[in-house]
Amino acid sequence: MSVVPVSYYLVLSAVLFGLGVIAFVFKRNIITILMAIELMLNAVNLAFVAFARAWGQLDGLVFVFFVIVVAAAEAAVGLAIVIRIYHNRQSLNIERANLLKF
Amino acid sequence: MSLPFILFFVFALISVGGALLLMMAREPIHSALSLILVMMSLAGLYLMLGAEFIAAVQIIVYAGAIMVLFVFVIMLLNAGVEERTDYSKMAKYAGIPLGILLLLDLAHWMAHSLIGETPANGAGSANVMISTRELSMQLFQKYLFPFEATSILILIAILGALVLAKRDE
Amino acid sequence: MEFVTQHAVLVVSLVKIVILLFLTLTTLAYLTWFERKVVAHIQSRWGPYYVGAHGLLQPLADGLKFLFKEDVTPPGADRFLYILAPFLALSLALTTIALIPFGPATITILGQPTQLIVADVNIGLMFLFAITSIGVYGVALAGWSSNSKYPLLGGLRSSAQMISYEVALTLSVVGVVLLAGTLNFNEMVSDQDGYYRLLPFIPRWHIFPQIIGFLCYFTSAIAETNRVPFDLPEAETELVAGFHTEYSSFKFAMFFMAEYANMLTVSFLATILFLGGWLSPFPESWTFLQYLPAVILLGLGVYLGYDAVAGARGIARIQLVVITCGALLLGALCLLPAVMPIIQGPFWFLLKVGGLLFFYVWTRGTLPRFRYDQLMSLGWKLLLPVSLANLVGTALWIIFPLLVKHG
Repeated sequence: MSVVPVSYYLVLSAVLFGLGVIAFVFKRNIITILMAIELMLNAVNLAFVAFARAWGQLDGLVFVFFVIVVAAAEAAVGLAIVIRIYHNRQSLNIERANLLKF
Repeated sequence: MSLPFILFFVFALISVGGALLLMMAREPIHSALSLILVMMSLAGLYLMLGAEFIAAVQIIVYAGAIMVLFVFVIMLLNAGVEERTDYSKMAKYAGIPLGILLLLDLAHWMAHSLIGETPANGAGSANVMISTRELSMQLFQKYLFPFEATSILILIAILGALVLAKRDE
Repeated sequence: MEFVTQHAVLVVSLVKIVILLFLTLTTLAYLTWFERKVVAHIQSRWGPYYVGAHGLLQPLADGLKFLFKEDVTPPGADRFLYILAPFLALSLALTTIALIPFGPATITILGQPTQLIVADVNIGLMFLFAITSIGVYGVALAGWSSNSKYPLLGGLRSSAQMISYEVALTLSVVGVVLLAGTLNFNEMVSDQDGYYRLLPFIPRWHIFPQIIGFLCYFTSAIAETNRVPFDLPEAETELVAGFHTEYSSFKFAMFFMAEYANMLTVSFLATILFLGGWLSPFPESWTFLQYLPAVILLGLGVYLGYDAVAGARGIARIQLVVITCGALLLGALCLLPAVMPIIQGPFWFLLKVGGLLFFYVWTRGTLPRFRYDQLMSLGWKLLLPVSLANLVGTALWIIFPLLVKHG
């Protein structure tokens, strides 16, 4: 059985990252924007794992482990901030949160 | 069209489809579910690349805890339907094509990068699963300091989230 | 036949999956009967006894009832999520059965030698936790998609409880992983083989060094599966019926079955990790114990036969005769020399799982339920520190000889 070349995985990672960037730029709901950031992080994880397989080293996998952990911490704090913003401005639209003082 | 290729294309289609659904969904809860779909298909891809521990960690932590947090916040805040205001003309006629151009550009450069030209070479060509024991040897010996620093980071994140989300007394 | 030899692994796996699925679904149905009978006897009443002898056809009647009930969808509900949630809950709960080893023996199906496990994954324990952590979505989405106050509150509370106790559940198991040195289920059970040197009548099961871990695990498991005393989110007097208020007929039956399937999974896991899996507590040299399954089944057949002849009338009598013949046939099957060594592993495994399920039902009939804040503080303030302390203690105990050696 032939093996899938590593470049296929890299192209998929690039496509997912690009879609994450597009979603980040176009969406208005803060939570959806945070989810687009998670999508980008996932795309990067895929690239790391693909490179780890290609070079035969385990450092890529350790990086993925740390990226997942840091993404968890960032999501927790980010969502706490989102809850605060919602309490102050009664809306999750990012256009309503572009002034420093309400 | 052997089995690995079929599996790869199935997983790739599911993940790209999930990412597109994330962009086009009207309600945040549907976006969250499509992101979970992307993560599960990525876990499948990690399994194909031989990283079984990372696949399990991805499902347990990312799809099973982080996304649960997202779904909770969406349900708590009752984040309604995304306001569908009209895009400005600039956004619709210049934005979407430029976005697709960015995507294709990235894909092109990734495909023709140094590693991309050759098929899976060297030590990584065998279809073997990387054992958890080797991974943990690396994690706890070579990367011990980042490991401990990450645990402090998580502690800070917990404290930060608790303080921020507390109700004003 | 050529297809079988070319894709042997696939066909054999399919056969095992079909058999296992059939057995699991039947077990789930009769688990409801078991629970109703035991809770009834704890409460000094009889439980189902009208439908079929000893109420044994009650699950069938319940299934028919669920199929024929009217399927009401609340207005304004998110259709896709509303239908997805019970499917997700049930399918995830049933998927975990694929990872469980039922015995050490190697049997031949369709000419291929194969183990008594559907998927022998190297990190089986982690995949099991992965599947149970996705199971939270079934509850959360059910609460959200019903477009109503009570399900939303019940769903939020239920899923918050599930993710809180998941942490304690996973941590209390790490002690066992440290002792066994592997995440593979087969190897974990093989690690519990043999007896202790100083007390040669105690088998080397992980429950003895890890008793704190076992207690933490089982308490977290009861909370994770939303059972009494942790079932406030779905209690009838508190929140109508929690997250499955707005579900009717077959979707409700799916949630019901998913809850029992989760119970089954957690009991399987407890047996493998702590109670020695398919190992017998008695020494291997006591070969007369190999007749035990046959003896039990034949005894059951005789008892039911007596009941059929002496007591029952009508349809109950026909049913009892059928079950008697079935029990006697299975008992005779266990006496065959080809089957006898194979049936030993699953017999002890199912006996231990049955004991744990009885304990589940026993606590249901006995204990009052916790208030929600008591429940959450128990999970975070008691079980989490205790399982962490257990982990640290186990790690220190394992590494102590090495520390002493290096000064």
